[in-house]
Amino acid sequence: MKERSHFNNEKGLYNFSYEHDACGVGMLVNIHGGKSHEIVESALKVLENMQHRGAEGADNKTGDGAGILLQIPHEFILLQGIPVPEKGKYGTGLLFLPKDEKLQDVVLSILIEEIEKEGLNLMHLRKVPVNSSILGADAHSTEPDVRQLFITGCTDQALLEKKLYLVRKRVEKKIQQTEAVIKQDFYIVSLSTRSIIYKGMLSSMQLRHYFPDLTNNYFTSGLALVHSRFSTNTFPTWSLAQPFRLLAHNGEINTVRGNRGWMEARESVLNSPSLGNIEDICPIIQPGMSDSASLDNVLEFLVASGMSLPHAMAMLVPESFNEKNPISEDLKAFYEYHSILMEPWDGPAALLFSDGRYAGGMLDRNGLRPARYLITKDDMMVVASEVGVMDFEANQIKEKGRLQPGKILLVDTEKGEIYYDGELKKQLADAKPYRTWLANNRVELDELKSGRKIEHKVANYDRLLRAFNYSREDIEKIIIPMSSTGAEPISSMGNDTPLAVLSSKPQILYNYFRQQFAQVTNPPIDPIREELVMSLVEYIGAVGNNILVPDEMHCKMVKLNYPILSNTQLDILCNIRYKGFNSLKLPMLYEVAKGKEGLREAIAHLCKLAEQSVTEGVNYIILSDKNVDTKFAPIPSLLALSAIHHHLVSVHKRVQTALIVETGEMREVMHAALLLGYGASAINPYMAFAVLDDLVKKQEIQLNYETAEKNYIKSICKGLFKVMSKMGISTIRSYRGAKLFEAVGLSEDLSRAYFGGTTTAIGGIGLDEIAEDSAALHHEAFGNDIDDILPNKGIYSYRKDGEQHAWNPETISTLQLATRLGSYKKFKEYSKIVDEKEEPIFVRDFLEFKRNPISIDKVEPAENIMKRFVTGAMSYGSISKEAHETMAMAMNKIKGRSNTGEGGEDAARFTPLENGLSLRSAIKQVASGRFGVTTEYLVNADEIQIKIAQGAKPGEGGQLPGYKVDDVIARTRHSIPGISLISPPPHHDIYSIEDLAQLIFDLKNVNPKAEISVKLVSESGVGTIAAGVAKAKADRIVISGAEGGTGASPASSIRYAGLPPEIGLSETQQTLVINSLRGQVTLQTDGQIKTGRDIVMMAMLGAEEYGFATSALIVLGCVMMRKCHMNTCPVGVATQDEELRKRFHGKHEYLVNFFNYLAEEVREHLAEMGFTKLDDIIGRTDLIVRRTSYTNKKFETLNFSRLLHMPEQASTTAIHHVAKQDHNIESVKDREIIIQASPAIQALKEVSLDYTIANTDRSVGAMLSGVIASKYGNDGLPDDTLNIKFKGSAGQSFGAFLSHGVHFKLEGEANDYLGKGLSGGRISVMPPIRSTFIAEENTIAGNTLLYGATSGQVFINGRVGERFCVRNSGATAVVEGVGDHCCEYMTGGRVVVLGSTGRNFAAGMSGGVAYVWNKNNDFDYFCNMEMVELSLIEENSYRKELHELIRMHYYYTGSKLAKTMLDSWNKYVDQFIQIVPIEYKKVLQEEQMKKLQQKIADMQRDY
Amino acid sequence: MGNPKAFLTINRKEAGYRPVHDRVNDFGEVEQTLNTSDRMKQASRCMDCGVPFCHWACPLGNKQPEWQHLVYMGKWKEAYQVLESTCDFPEFTGRICPAPCEKSCVLKLSADEPVTIRENEVSIAERAFLEGYIKVHHPERNGKKVAVIGSGPAGLTAANRLNRKGYLVTVFEKNEMAGGLLRYGIPNFKLAKNIVERRIDLMREEGVIFKTGTQIDKLPEGFDAYCIAIGAEVPRDLPIEGRNLKGIHFAMDYLSQQNRLLEGIEVASGKLINAKGKKVLVIGGGDTGSDCVGTANRQKASKVTQIEILEKPPVGYNPATPWPTMYPQVLKTSSSHEEGCERRWSLTSCRFIGDKGILKGVEVEEVTWETGEDGRMQMQLTGKKEIIEADLVFLAMGFVHPVQEGLIKSSKLTIDNRKNITIDKSFKSSVSNVFACGDATTGASLVVKAMAAGRDTAKAIDSYLSSITL
Repeated sequence: MKERSHFNNEKGLYNFSYEHDACGVGMLVNIHGGKSHEIVESALKVLENMQHRGAEGADNKTGDGAGILLQIPHEFILLQGIPVPEKGKYGTGLLFLPKDEKLQDVVLSILIEEIEKEGLNLMHLRKVPVNSSILGADAHSTEPDVRQLFITGCTDQALLEKKLYLVRKRVEKKIQQTEAVIKQDFYIVSLSTRSIIYKGMLSSMQLRHYFPDLTNNYFTSGLALVHSRFSTNTFPTWSLAQPFRLLAHNGEINTVRGNRGWMEARESVLNSPSLGNIEDICPIIQPGMSDSASLDNVLEFLVASGMSLPHAMAMLVPESFNEKNPISEDLKAFYEYHSILMEPWDGPAALLFSDGRYAGGMLDRNGLRPARYLITKDDMMVVASEVGVMDFEANQIKEKGRLQPGKILLVDTEKGEIYYDGELKKQLADAKPYRTWLANNRVELDELKSGRKIEHKVANYDRLLRAFNYSREDIEKIIIPMSSTGAEPISSMGNDTPLAVLSSKPQILYNYFRQQFAQVTNPPIDPIREELVMSLVEYIGAVGNNILVPDEMHCKMVKLNYPILSNTQLDILCNIRYKGFNSLKLPMLYEVAKGKEGLREAIAHLCKLAEQSVTEGVNYIILSDKNVDTKFAPIPSLLALSAIHHHLVSVHKRVQTALIVETGEMREVMHAALLLGYGASAINPYMAFAVLDDLVKKQEIQLNYETAEKNYIKSICKGLFKVMSKMGISTIRSYRGAKLFEAVGLSEDLSRAYFGGTTTAIGGIGLDEIAEDSAALHHEAFGNDIDDILPNKGIYSYRKDGEQHAWNPETISTLQLATRLGSYKKFKEYSKIVDEKEEPIFVRDFLEFKRNPISIDKVEPAENIMKRFVTGAMSYGSISKEAHETMAMAMNKIKGRSNTGEGGEDAARFTPLENGLSLRSAIKQVASGRFGVTTEYLVNADEIQIKIAQGAKPGEGGQLPGYKVDDVIARTRHSIPGISLISPPPHHDIYSIEDLAQLIFDLKNVNPKAEISVKLVSESGVGTIAAGVAKAKADRIVISGAEGGTGASPASSIRYAGLPPEIGLSETQQTLVINSLRGQVTLQTDGQIKTGRDIVMMAMLGAEEYGFATSALIVLGCVMMRKCHMNTCPVGVATQDEELRKRFHGKHEYLVNFFNYLAEEVREHLAEMGFTKLDDIIGRTDLIVRRTSYTNKKFETLNFSRLLHMPEQASTTAIHHVAKQDHNIESVKDREIIIQASPAIQALKEVSLDYTIANTDRSVGAMLSGVIASKYGNDGLPDDTLNIKFKGSAGQSFGAFLSHGVHFKLEGEANDYLGKGLSGGRISVMPPIRSTFIAEENTIAGNTLLYGATSGQVFINGRVGERFCVRNSGATAVVEGVGDHCCEYMTGGRVVVLGSTGRNFAAGMSGGVAYVWNKNNDFDYFCNMEMVELSLIEENSYRKELHELIRMHYYYTGSKLAKTMLDSWNKYVDQFIQIVPIEYKKVLQEEQMKKLQQKIADMQRDY
Repeated sequence: MGNPKAFLTINRKEAGYRPVHDRVNDFGEVEQTLNTSDRMKQASRCMDCGVPFCHWACPLGNKQPEWQHLVYMGKWKEAYQVLESTCDFPEFTGRICPAPCEKSCVLKLSADEPVTIRENEVSIAERAFLEGYIKVHHPERNGKKVAVIGSGPAGLTAANRLNRKGYLVTVFEKNEMAGGLLRYGIPNFKLAKNIVERRIDLMREEGVIFKTGTQIDKLPEGFDAYCIAIGAEVPRDLPIEGRNLKGIHFAMDYLSQQNRLLEGIEVASGKLINAKGKKVLVIGGGDTGSDCVGTANRQKASKVTQIEILEKPPVGYNPATPWPTMYPQVLKTSSSHEEGCERRWSLTSCRFIGDKGILKGVEVEEVTWETGEDGRMQMQLTGKKEIIEADLVFLAMGFVHPVQEGLIKSSKLTIDNRKNITIDKSFKSSVSNVFACGDATTGASLVVKAMAAGRDTAKAIDSYLSSITL
């Protein structure tokens, strides 16, 4: 058997646990349970129609996984000659076994033993026929033996079902303890009396062929649930195909690490009357499986314990229930009660579930996955990720709808009933008096008062500041801004200081950690505009025993609205005696003289005390580092907390207590996030409060203490939202203990011992060094007299005696001088300073290459090397026009590529200058704001880059304040001067990997000549994501280092999010090579690359292209002011101020010099190494050795072997770019349209065409528009030149980037992303003519329509999904009902909604106007009022405008509703509400005033 | 930081000098001061750079952005504390430092209007004295003794730091008063001597023992460590024909004599150098030369000429010495130049011409400078000669090395090929408990550099003495 080394890859950076997947899901139910083979057959077709949502491996044959859940086909089984008893009295399911018979015997004997223990019999073991010949090589090599079990011996179906569950769990547990060869191929697919699952490592097309059972006409079922998987990796994972036993999941559980941990911790309190003692089926969550599998494990457990399916689902994936959500108080109480028992499983999710009788679906609270349903008149229901997966006659359709965020839809096939969400939830909420229970037991901390006076100052203040390593910068640059503005400070230009482990100064432990963030496989959340899904509510107290038995005592908890405690609140918490609360304070101190051993013992002692306190019934523990003195130093709070947390989990005592940390160490957001992420329920940062107190007393801030404290806490809370949302998590309860961090520079031993095995890629320090740093700080504080002035440690700004900075006066001035003078000699001085600095800053400083010199004449010329150089994505807007254009000029000259950044590009730059130079940026970026992303922009690209994340602030959005948006910037961004522009944290059309594949497909269609690149940021797991991106057909992947520069970003994001490029790049290289995907993509990297040596190092780690941003700016005059965000750049680089722009003195020649010198240096290094071409060293980590020149005890703890690991596959597969991606755009519908529309395109003649369309026809119109835009630019064709009619269900991105002059008329329905990037075209959608359902009550198009539209018109005769018109900047749209977040981030255009809206209408809307028919008079409840004003439509011009829009809607779609309205206009017009952004109103008024003045002036002239 | 946008609206404003007609009649300080509100505005122009080049350029590593901000906030006391943490005597550097910080200020680059860093510095220092922020420290004695030889900026700084650390410090000074170059080298119109005296008095009060008028030719007994800070006092000579004519003096002899006179110290009449009514020629275009110009003008010379062998540097900006160099080679016009002086460049002196042993003039020849093959500038004679009439010539062509006779020889200190005292990284000389710093180890340089060396040497002596048991 082949050794599957990558499962536990100890040698390299790839780790199996990083894998992500996303997918297509579908469900077919006969509401009355009528069984037929048609259902099976149709379900398989549904699966096949979603093929594009799955993926295949490098062999283009091995699928990532597909499967189907069906009811047990009793008749079919009998026909196989298996004498099973009657229906429901036997259990069956597929079983995966190792192929080796001896091993099989081992499994079977365990199986039989357990079956018999429960008093059951293994009646029959069927060899399931399979067709192995169709498998791809990878799938084939790991194919298991598939058997079907039949178990009898119990006639009570419910009891048998439970016994089967217990048997399965116990067998799984036993097998887990066997040898690897057995357990890796063993898996019980399902075991039930009701349902059966067929699945495997198959593509959706292969499922039916692999299992001939499924195509047998006697195989019948009343329901079917299908799933096709798109995994980032293609590794042998037969068991991870879905559906699982109860559910199929499309999405990702972001909090799974925490959920798993808490589930383990909770096992001790989960006994229930139904299952009894659960010890022998623990762990409830099967180890080594996917997030979806874990969720399924828990769901199954809850159901087995007696919970109903919807109850369990509502508890696991609750909808948002804070005050911004329109649900009943009883239901809120239901959720609150359950939130005490279990944290949400948070993340994007479309969940379809069935136990064989009930079948249903639900979405996560934010509706981040699509799911549409359709009910026919003969009572069939289809739920799927897309519409059009199954054909129905138009007149057969009774209802079309979509699952909504947080809502459940359920069918009982026995009773033949459909339960909608309202009804289901009401039943759940009314089952127990949750409201009363909460009111009587739950204590709200905010409501408790105490008369005690609490001091904010601390004794020994000055010494303690030093003991906790405070610097003046902490106070001046972090705490003062936080306390005076209530927000985290903004900074710029990246981080060029050493990693904590490389610094020669003592560090606090927090500095060794980095935040993780979501990219591609799940979206970050916008915590500001989508605050309604966010929550910081925490509960402190001990969860009681037997929590599955509903009891009001479970809610005996203290409720906190946010986890930062003021001194007063902490005092109250310490002293509550109310209702028997009882707490214990443990000191986080150790005797400093005892060193490392003292520290170790102190931690062990703390763990013991904590454990003991739980046994004694203490409700919560307060860990405190107060009372540091000359003898005792603080134990790093994170270390103490995490140690205790993990200890309590391991002894199953964690949920019975809560941990509160009272620490002087915590001061900034990252610190708080770490403490919470490693298990704290609340934190009291008393030193930060003492600093505030001191600042107030010294009048350094003009606030009183209370306000300062309030602001400080508020900014921490805001920051926590940001950190959580970066990872796509919305509640602090699921964030707590989820450990969404990784370490850089901590040893694996330390991580395993105290941090629950947090990833740490390059090893590092242990307790010894922690104790040394702690002692050094303690000595600084107590060893000597101290100065009056707290030292400045030079972290944010360079200081001679502070932390080292890579960009310092020497490097900056020498580089500027060298490139300006054109002196290569001077440049060598520069690179010497950089390459041979006295102390290391970056990981690569430890690397050195092997030498084998040849003559430099043999090395390829510099021109070849310079083609691999690109400049970073800096938008015009973040930097000045001068700087932006100079860079483009330089890059075009050396045949490298410059990048537009996310701000669009002036079309004037597309034409070359007279002197032959060109200002056109070869790379056009597509970022989440989609500013200026028109068809014309895209067709003028050599490369289109999808920016998933930015090194300096991965997972975050941005904002260009209105005052920076001048006329020119507004024009290139297709917005209005003076209006703030928001870039959302996620791309709203990329919530998962298959969405990214879709966007790549869209862009490739628009501009088939352009290469598509995807920019990711380095973090652990980025390699796995990159593998997914490669499978999504990107041509190029950029791995950006976290140190990279930025125009503006929260200071903590710059320092604490993401990893150095070396680690991410190397992981990516390794993962792509292991997957045989490396050859089809180009790898690019950036992040503080400065010299030829840096380039060569990155090349050997796997990159073939290199990005320069900060260095390029420095060449052009930047002096690292770090004031980009303030618009005051004194050298005219990063400013729009006209005066300052005059101070820009950069020339493109300087940059040409720079890149020439870099290339020359690369050549020199290549000659040294003995290679003639750069390509020859790409991915050759075997050429790297460790540099020995740096000596320091800390450095010796580092281990680069995983970083430099070369996977064994490297010898058989490509390790650099050799082949092209196959984009599958040869046979798209547009090819045909373009031919037939050629009279229109070539000669501007009117052309009308007719087509049928299916959901597999995706991005229709994109390629056509690309052709038009390359010929006619943004103007497109004249009005109504090309009219195309479609019939059917359009695939995703229908009419994307549609050009002006093209009219798409769709009779049928549409999926997600209709009208994406609309650039002037017109789309109208209406139901099929013969349909009988009421158009305005049914969903006819999907989510995220008109995303980033810049102009054009859309009319839809029906309802649409979430996020309609998100980031629209100029298009007009009329629809008849929308989901949540309509008009989000809109900056221009008109939207008319003739029907109800979902929550959060107009969030972040800064421009444009919307009109909503307020039929139910409740619109204000659904509108986010932060930026907009509501009014009735009084002004005549607006009334006219609305009338015209509705008239057009009627004209283009024939909408009955529109007709009704137009017929009694005066009645309806008063029922409309107009929504205008406040900012926009001002601009409009100014415009009107201008017009008026012009009019007056004109009139005066006439006289 | 101050006010992030102040530099866009507020221009650099220097306090400027007293009017020429007024100042040439006395030896009082020529520089004026701004009122507090203007001073705070000037401080607000500081942009708190991410990479503060000023701080980098400052040999002392002064944290300009931090104290500019504090001045802007009106927190003078804190400003002084931050300033003092790197600079022992800001009242000196604030007056006479050539301010490499301002040359490297980003606003110099951006708008040719650097922040008035030096003036702000002296304001902080004067405010600190005035408001009594400067308190007498009474350090706890650690029982160890250190001798500092030389009371110039390096010696004073070392003494000050060591004293504050608890060492009993004795400063030996060969002249009658302490201060070295500060006292005798810099004219009073640039640095009033009460300022020097004020600091020395303070140090005395804090326990530093000053032994003035004590020439040290041999290290005195009874100290645990020695710090040699004797400066580089040997001036560069001009050994050409007529060098021994009467009326040719080293600049420093002239300047120190004037300072002595102002202090009321008698000078033997035969040695008196007075420029009154005389034609004065200063050879050497540097700061010392400029000081001679100012002094001669105050003595009412009839004409003052200053010549320099190098070419006239460009005005304003010199591409050969781009920002952020600390020493841009551009034309510098000092207050003394403004007071009346003919300045000429590219002249080399051929011979002194005298009559009866008395100087009458100097023959000079025009030279040109070309870049040689090795990249260095090479002088070419042009043959164009002329005679500049002169009754007095001051040689201000720099200094070469410390005086070798006496201490260096008697203590057997190793010297380098430029005859400066050799020290290792920790300022230790070739003799075990003997340290050296300042110009004596580097050759003549800036006061700030000497102070930085003094400070670092004190630290080195402290760690040396803390590490050994006596």
